[in-house]
Amino acid sequence: MSTDIWRSFSTYGFFIIMLFIAGTFCILKTRSLMRALIGLELLMKAVTLLLIVAGYVTGNVAFAQVLVITLIIIEVVVIAIMAGVILSAYRHTGSLDVRDLRDLKG
Amino acid sequence: MITMTLLILMTLAAVWAVMSRSLLKGTIGLAITSAAITVIIFQLGAPLAAVFELSVCTGLITAIFVSAISMTKPMTHKEIQEASKNRMKRYWYLPVIMAVTAIALIASKIQISLPAPQRPAELDVRNILWNLRQVDLYGQIVLMLVGAFGVVILFKEKKGK
Repeated sequence: MSTDIWRSFSTYGFFIIMLFIAGTFCILKTRSLMRALIGLELLMKAVTLLLIVAGYVTGNVAFAQVLVITLIIIEVVVIAIMAGVILSAYRHTGSLDVRDLRDLKG
Repeated sequence: MITMTLLILMTLAAVWAVMSRSLLKGTIGLAITSAAITVIIFQLGAPLAAVFELSVCTGLITAIFVSAISMTKPMTHKEIQEASKNRMKRYWYLPVIMAVTAIALIASKIQISLPAPQRPAELDVRNILWNLRQVDLYGQIVLMLVGAFGVVILFKEKKGK
């Protein structure tokens, strides 16, 4: 039984790594602020899944659930504030391109 | 089998969210990823977290994204053509990186030889949430207020406008 649990953990871990790669790549390569937010969301999804899988493996699913609920609250607040900041920047520059924000410095 | 299908669907939707040209399609990809994660979480025995993931991440966050995108001006036909030309140049190696990493992970045949931990007596979620992690709840209340006030301040119109 224990071997099965660890095997399933490595299977989930494989896909969690793929999700991390997609999110990190998105944040690093995109020039759109909104797309960067999508990348951040993907990273948070990977963390959510990792927490639940870790809880499942260690037999603490209830504890992992509580942590995930906290994470989701943080996630939605971050997304709401960031969307507001991006829209404010859009009103200022007329573009979602991150390179246009260089004008704001200094 | 279902879990593996869901995991593959989740990964493909995530790649689609990153690589799709339209932001709206990217948001739909993100929502599909979230929905797949919801079912996976439910299968792993965490129904409460699954409900939160479904209602908040798949629903609310998608709604926030769609409203934010709808407040911006869509690209012209010429801009779309220009963007899609450059886009493929910049994004073609995401699938390559993922494939190389997948092959490396499969080839390395990582065996997790750690002994499985003793399974402690499962505590009740409500007990943990309301008693053990009570401080987290206060933090969440403060966070929600911060979010609400933050959005209000960001969208505040200047006087006289």
